[in-house]
Amino acid sequence: MSAGEAGAGRDPGLQPERTRLAWRRTTLSAAVAAVLAVRAALHGGASAGAVVLGALCCGLFLAFLRVAHLRIHALAAGTPPPALAPRRATAAVLCAVAMAVCAAALVL
Amino acid sequence: MSEFVRNIRLWFAPERLRDEGGTPDYRFSLANERTFLAWLRTALALIGGGFAVDQFLPDLRRAWRVGLALALLAAGVLCALRAVNHWVRCERAMRRGEDLPASRFPVLLSLVVAVVAVAMVLVVLVGWEG
Repeated sequence: MSAGEAGAGRDPGLQPERTRLAWRRTTLSAAVAAVLAVRAALHGGASAGAVVLGALCCGLFLAFLRVAHLRIHALAAGTPPPALAPRRATAAVLCAVAMAVCAAALVL
Repeated sequence: MSEFVRNIRLWFAPERLRDEGGTPDYRFSLANERTFLAWLRTALALIGGGFAVDQFLPDLRRAWRVGLALALLAAGVLCALRAVNHWVRCERAMRRGEDLPASRFPVLLSLVVAVVAVAMVLVVLVGWEG
């Protein structure tokens, strides 16, 4: 089965829409984590290191936002929607992992 | 373990994934992508929980607070890494027409969350100062 046969004549239904909303929800989760990171950084004296870590978490959220934005644009590009590139999935995961590392540094 | 290393290479190389088998119905790929995102949200929620334990339980003894927060953060990291690994494995299985991979991870995660929850209950019952 070629890509053309797989994509042609099939009703995409609401699948791209649902996937778009899943990216939105996930971005929102990342925003909540980033807000908690900023709160942790500013709480209790706000040392220079903590502020840098909080800013780093904000940067990671922006990176995640960019990945989600690019993917949402790709989904809207046409039918059939292109598959998610592994590199993009890995980038999104690495943002989450880096945020957890910042969190561990803030907690300790 | 070498299987895992090979999967890690697939995380970064879309061409290699595309070399295998045929392209599945894109609706299945999108469903796989949504499952991946749901796991990633779970990971982000665990990370947020780690932050929350650290910030909203200030009266807790430091060792408990840091321990619980680090346990949640570690679970979040594992969950995120496993999310992309499982996504790659499912995508490859669909391309090859194989069965989807079975996984013990949901059980493991449930156990970790249960242990953390029991620890919280103990902390509350024994008293904040421990």
